[in-house]
Amino acid sequence: MERRSERSDNMARKTAMAAFAMASAEDLRILGKEAGLVLDAKSLRGPETGLVTVRGRIGGGGAPFNTGEATVTRATVQLASGEVGHAYALGRDKEKVRLAAILDAIWCSPSGREVVDQRIVAPLMRIQAERDSRRHAEAAATKVDFFTMVRGED
Amino acid sequence: MYVAVKGGEAAIRNAHRLLADRRRGDRSVPALRLDQIVEQLGLGVDRVMSEGALYDRELAALAIVQARGDLIEAIFLVRAYRTTLPRFGYTRPVDTAAMLAERRVSATYKDLPGGQMLGPTFDYTHRLLDPELAEGSEVPEPELRDEAVEAMPRVSDILGGEGLIEPDGAMPAGHVTGDITREPTEFPMERDTRLQALSRGDEGFLLALAYSTQRGYARSHPFVGEIRIGEVELELEVPELDFPVTLGRIRVTECQMVNQFHGSAKVPQEFTRGYGLVFGQSERKAMAMSLCDRALRARELGEDITAAAQDEEFVISHSDNVQATGFVEHLKLPHYVDFQAELDLVRRMRAEHEAAHGGGERKEAAE
Repeated sequence: MERRSERSDNMARKTAMAAFAMASAEDLRILGKEAGLVLDAKSLRGPETGLVTVRGRIGGGGAPFNTGEATVTRATVQLASGEVGHAYALGRDKEKVRLAAILDAIWCSPSGREVVDQRIVAPLMRIQAERDSRRHAEAAATKVDFFTMVRGED
Repeated sequence: MYVAVKGGEAAIRNAHRLLADRRRGDRSVPALRLDQIVEQLGLGVDRVMSEGALYDRELAALAIVQARGDLIEAIFLVRAYRTTLPRFGYTRPVDTAAMLAERRVSATYKDLPGGQMLGPTFDYTHRLLDPELAEGSEVPEPELRDEAVEAMPRVSDILGGEGLIEPDGAMPAGHVTGDITREPTEFPMERDTRLQALSRGDEGFLLALAYSTQRGYARSHPFVGEIRIGEVELELEVPELDFPVTLGRIRVTECQMVNQFHGSAKVPQEFTRGYGLVFGQSERKAMAMSLCDRALRARELGEDITAAAQDEEFVISHSDNVQATGFVEHLKLPHYVDFQAELDLVRRMRAEHEAAHGGGERKEAAE
């Protein structure tokens, strides 16, 4: 039972961290401010930019191979109350990643999780879902609708 | 005797200053911003990311400006930059079946789950220059079609059901994924390592080789099983977290080439496959990569190696345009001493030849 709740905690934290990673620094700053959060913490590591090697799979589903690299920025921070937060995101935006790590640390604090989930993660996921559904609708409009021409007699 | 020569410092300094001036061009024309390049020359940015083997749109745009639009120079700049960064690890392999696709076409099946989606393609355009673009006229918003997101399984998985096509490429148990950025190049090379080299290979070189296979050099009867372009999510395992952390999404192009195959001593008759996966939107490159991948599997499939495209040492050793340009272009750097030595040698041989054959008069060679 305990393990299951740990797993669901991990999933919720993963979802929140993913939302931060895909957001812009500005979105994080504005939403954090609107939620009344103090986005300040001690830096334990970074923000620092490095590389990850991106892997694909042969044939799409076979053995892994290295496709190329991508820039990634990461940070680890600690709140005055002791909670440690981490953040990783593609790109080189150090300010965004610092904010994301602070939000993760707040998410890990007993009182912070609900605020962060409701006031930051939920709106970010909504923005992303709207963006994705618009993209999908644009692509879907280029779908080919085949129709068959009747040829010959009968 | 060795005489050290120094000089040219002022000339080099001034040359670089002149380069900066020419790069900027006419000052009355507004300077390019990186976001303009990212947004409006996106496929050039994609090529620099793909062959620079570094996914970062702004950096690629910066490289393009710095290189004055010379994409191979830009790729060189990106490759040099990546060596300055620490490496955090390998991502989990991307799942292209879960791609948020913007384009997906198959030349083998008309009706397939997820449909044929043309996306932002040059196909079916008339290739007539558009004077309206020169005037910077406004562009209408794209058409929208509301429909639920439909699953888009890979065509190879659909075909695989019948057992007429080989499965996705596996590597032997215990195989450690090769990495050309970490280990020296060695031949013979495994398929995973070859794919890494091909993915960063020069588009023009791979295109020409792919074309050669179609023209009969290592004929492979290809069909495009599927091309898809879109965003895939990247995840990284990190020690400080108990779950793989999501890094964000990148745009990739994937090509599944399906090839006729008559079977060999090693493999029964079935369709075989070539695979292409590249950063950004570049289906020409992904298609060329998949054709080269298939041709390079000649040894594995027991085919006769008769053509350049099947020769992995030839293909892989010459596919990297940063290496190629480095070696070709180094010829223009001072070779004064080397050339002096060669000159001396030729003079001496000439003198010996003349002494042996009497005076300055040329005689018929003995053989």
